[in-house]
Amino acid sequence: MASTIIARLPARLRDAALAALLALVLGIPFIGLQTLSTDQGLAIGTRWPWLLAAAAVIFAGRLLFAILADLLAERRRTARAGRSLVSEALAGRLTRGFGIGAALFALTLPFLPFSDRYVLDIGMTALIYILLGMGLNVTVGLAGLLDLGFVAFYAIGAYTFALLSKFFGFGFWLSLPLSGLVAASFGVLLSLPILRLRGDYLAIVTLGFGEITRIILLNWQSLTGGPNGVSGIPRPSLFGLSFDRRPPEGLGSFHEVTGIAFSGEHRLMFLYFVALGLVLVASWGVWRLRHLPIGRSWEALREDEIACRSLGINPTASKVSAYATGAFLGGLAGCFFAARQGFVSPESFTFIESALILAIVVLGGMGSQIGVVIAALFIVLLPEFARDFADYRMLIFGAAMILIMIWRPQGLLSNREPTLRLAGRSAAGDSAAKEATP
Amino acid sequence: MDSAVALGTFLQHLINGLTLGAIYGLIAIGYTMVYGIIRMINFAHGEIYMIGAFVGVTGFTLLSAAGVGSVALGLLAVLVVSILFTAAYGWTVERVAYRPLRGAPKLAPLISAIGMSILLQNYVMLTQGARPKPLQPVLVGGLTLWRGENFDLSISYIQLFIMLLTLVLMLGFTQLIQRTPLGRAQRACEQDRTMAALLGINVDRTISLTFVMGASLAAVAGVLVTMYYGVIDFFIGFLAGMKAFTAAVLGGIGSLPGAMLGGVLIGLIEAFFTGYVSGAYKDVAAFSVLILVLVLRPTGLLGRPDIEKV
Repeated sequence: MASTIIARLPARLRDAALAALLALVLGIPFIGLQTLSTDQGLAIGTRWPWLLAAAAVIFAGRLLFAILADLLAERRRTARAGRSLVSEALAGRLTRGFGIGAALFALTLPFLPFSDRYVLDIGMTALIYILLGMGLNVTVGLAGLLDLGFVAFYAIGAYTFALLSKFFGFGFWLSLPLSGLVAASFGVLLSLPILRLRGDYLAIVTLGFGEITRIILLNWQSLTGGPNGVSGIPRPSLFGLSFDRRPPEGLGSFHEVTGIAFSGEHRLMFLYFVALGLVLVASWGVWRLRHLPIGRSWEALREDEIACRSLGINPTASKVSAYATGAFLGGLAGCFFAARQGFVSPESFTFIESALILAIVVLGGMGSQIGVVIAALFIVLLPEFARDFADYRMLIFGAAMILIMIWRPQGLLSNREPTLRLAGRSAAGDSAAKEATP
Repeated sequence: MDSAVALGTFLQHLINGLTLGAIYGLIAIGYTMVYGIIRMINFAHGEIYMIGAFVGVTGFTLLSAAGVGSVALGLLAVLVVSILFTAAYGWTVERVAYRPLRGAPKLAPLISAIGMSILLQNYVMLTQGARPKPLQPVLVGGLTLWRGENFDLSISYIQLFIMLLTLVLMLGFTQLIQRTPLGRAQRACEQDRTMAALLGINVDRTISLTFVMGASLAAVAGVLVTMYYGVIDFFIGFLAGMKAFTAAVLGGIGSLPGAMLGGVLIGLIEAFFTGYVSGAYKDVAAFSVLILVLVLRPTGLLGRPDIEKV
């Protein structure tokens, strides 16, 4: 086993040397040379040692990855004979077990000894992204409709709550369903002109929709406050109890009614549980929807639109409902986001957010709900861990996205299995059907 | 006299729009060629254009530090250097992020491309700083086409240069695609990659060269924009890339004349909308036109309908 790796070593070394040489050339105008702003305009500085260091890093990294890949391939080949495939039922049970375990962990998180403001804050961010991921997962993962402008629904949800509270004094709980519904109506509105489009045309139109939304929020000063956004958004209350030390008029306060000493962290914990509740309800809802005819028609549509038509499924209804459902969840996430921040501005709803949410869905394995959870945690936590390299974290993030896609193009948990299948079919028929699908 | 001013204003917007459109068109060709051959949106293409612009700024600064006086010589040198480096970046991007994903599920290369876009943006930000880079004007002056009482219709040398260079590049490029063996190989790969490979075309090499050509045109666009606006930063690739992609789709993705037409249309829409309606909503106008066109003509203006097989 080791011998083949040693035999391949010269080729790998040459490969790494070529990569380093390429890096050396590519780095000249960016690492080797630097434009510096001076009083007299731009000047040029040089950093040749840095360039050499970068090339050395590329050389080592490339070599290590190649050897690692060789080792893994070798291991896989020797292991294949003895490995028994995990049965589908067991895999299903494992996934369900993981889901329940994750939910239990999330429920107890605020009471664990290590949890503080920071942990709760990250937890909430993760939950928002999970909710967004679930929404987009309906559109992209289940119905197979690419959407690069999902952030628009997030923004619409957030601004719906912000504006309702600003102009009409609506509270969080009343605005929550309204935000979802407004976002869903925009989803329907968006889906109507694009029913005939497919694939990449869909991508650019949704991308355009996301940008249009952001630009309108940015420029409609009289309504949205433009770049300054909307502030003073009320916090959610618990059955009319506020978590402020001095509650606004008409509300009781949590610490007075329950007699628990006041702590600023209670509000954070409560917000966290609101987010968790939203996520749990949403994931239950999506899971149920998948078993309804409408959900099954989404999955069928993803696999083959022409077959769907010939089987009497109405593609228009399926597409519109998929967009509306996804947008509804995006709107809920936006409403919660506004409540948590107490402030919204167009800056929070740039294209990069859409890209991140799409990355969550694709990384998780399109259509997999547990996959969305894992990928969302990954996307939120990776930059946190990379905080030590503060400046470099987005760089690392981009590189990680590429590497993971190369490593697992189908996502972490690939799930193209239909949610429901006819009962009583033999395993042989099943596997034959699986092989037949591309 | 009023009508003369109105006509003059109109022509001025037309000139500005055509200049902008030429630049969008140059970038859009990179999108359209890559899409035509491997059916993927090269999301990092806007970043490639940004890299071209940065190499341009570095080149101009180096030249002025070295005291090169000749504008024509300097311009040529910067263009060539920028094309070389940017093409190398284009080649590397394909090799690193897209080639391993050939044959993978459709969305995987898209995510990889988004990752590459984030990576390149931050790479340039970290190595060159986040602050905008101002550049001394390279090509100054212009022609006054028409002199009115309180209004001059003028075209600057740089605008003239942008339009002429784009025209020359487009003509040369069309010839390249139509007449050379490389162009033939590209068109063959576009039609049927497996069949092309069976007939002895090196598909991987053809795809790589497609990226190199797209990146070269983006480099030219980058250098031109640097000279036109006089200031760039690491974030310019995103919006320009998005507009150029819009242009490519508007013209019918996969079609070269379509990309140029789309670019010019987007440029004109922007210029006229800014001039007559409002500058803040110019991007909304461009996207709305795109959506409208796609609703009426889902394959774009010059695109061929995709036949879907069962």
